[in-house]
Amino acid sequence: MPETRTVLNTTVDNPVQSATREQDLIQSVQRGQHELFYELVRPYERRVYAAALAILRNEHDAEDVAQEAMLKAFANIRQFRAEARFSTWLIQITVNEALMRRRRERTVVMEGIDDRRDEESEYAPRDFADWREIPSEALERKEVRQRLAEALGTLDRKYREVFVLRDMEHLNIQETAEALGITVASVKTRLLRARLMLRDLLAAGWEQGWFSRLPFEKGTKPW
Amino acid sequence: MVNPGRLNCEHVWSEISNYVDGEVDAALRSSMDEHMKTCARCASVLAGTRNVVALYGDERMLEVPAGFGRRLEKRLAKGSAVKGSVWSGLSAWLVPVAAMVLIAGGMMLTSSLTHGHFFRSQHAVPASNIPPDLVVVVSSGAKLFHVPGCPFIHDKATERTLTAKEAMQEGYMPCPRCLRQYLKTSLTGKPGAEVAEGEEEEHEELVNASAH
Repeated sequence: MPETRTVLNTTVDNPVQSATREQDLIQSVQRGQHELFYELVRPYERRVYAAALAILRNEHDAEDVAQEAMLKAFANIRQFRAEARFSTWLIQITVNEALMRRRRERTVVMEGIDDRRDEESEYAPRDFADWREIPSEALERKEVRQRLAEALGTLDRKYREVFVLRDMEHLNIQETAEALGITVASVKTRLLRARLMLRDLLAAGWEQGWFSRLPFEKGTKPW
Repeated sequence: MVNPGRLNCEHVWSEISNYVDGEVDAALRSSMDEHMKTCARCASVLAGTRNVVALYGDERMLEVPAGFGRRLEKRLAKGSAVKGSVWSGLSAWLVPVAAMVLIAGGMMLTSSLTHGHFFRSQHAVPASNIPPDLVVVVSSGAKLFHVPGCPFIHDKATERTLTAKEAMQEGYMPCPRCLRQYLKTSLTGKPGAEVAEGEEEEHEELVNASAH
């Protein structure tokens, strides 16, 4: 039985109404009501920015690329077909824009043989004597979000990009592969590694007192 | 492919991500569940991985810089205005271009009426300062227009009265005899030169010669 995953509720309460409203907005913009475009993309502006930031690692560039991607989506809105998810289409445009920006600015460090070996090798998650779950409520605290963002930022680019698209943008494996131009197998390998590394980073952070000021109850070990 | 019956920790770790995503088959899931009941480390890895997915998948993790939405809206408004003005921009171009085309076309038409093949004669002599409302006559089969009473009217039986402007619009050219004072180029090269008496056909020949 499939695990349930937390899905972003970025639009409105009722998903059916939300989807209908979105379709209406898309058609209106396609028919020329350009002033409605911002209303259409507003629910996704954070996701678009996050996707750009995951690739560019620079807030200024990420914002600029996010805006460029939105404008590109606007310019090509007539080409959007209802069979695709609008959010996915938007994220894919953003990823393309960000990758192009990175290539243009020549900030890419070519992956060496060691990097590929690193990806293919087994990763052994660390064994922590005292592990506690961080409850979702903790995300209300800015310092927790900041710690999580810092941990994500320490990941190698190839792991970070896959993780962000899959686990933060909620693209599926195939969409993530297409957006990044890599194979499905690579997505799965990198995603596994990214999740395990983040698990280790958060657990280590706990040991180092990252979350010590937070009023978490000491969790019961799940084993 | 992992053999569900002989799972060790490495096998479990390699499938943890698929397990969390619900992408392992029932047999493997069952074996992993059994393994984790007795393996604290693997259970910790599974719980930690789920925790990571839940935390980072939360909308609150997607933060944007202050003022991001406002700046985006502003840029989109500017961008949509540019797109919206594509047609108005085009029309802003098209109007003067169309006007120029019309003017040029009109000039070409006017020019052709006085210089080009719209003339009934290919060798028309340009005229200038002919009063457009000057009453002139033309006749069937002829190429010239004349002042009434000109002795060189070709076929008086078919004579028709009209204005000089209308005659030129129909492709007639001025008679080099009765209207010579309006010709830019006289047959002799000098304005007002006399034309030999004769039939209109002779005039035509002379006009043709002067055009060459």
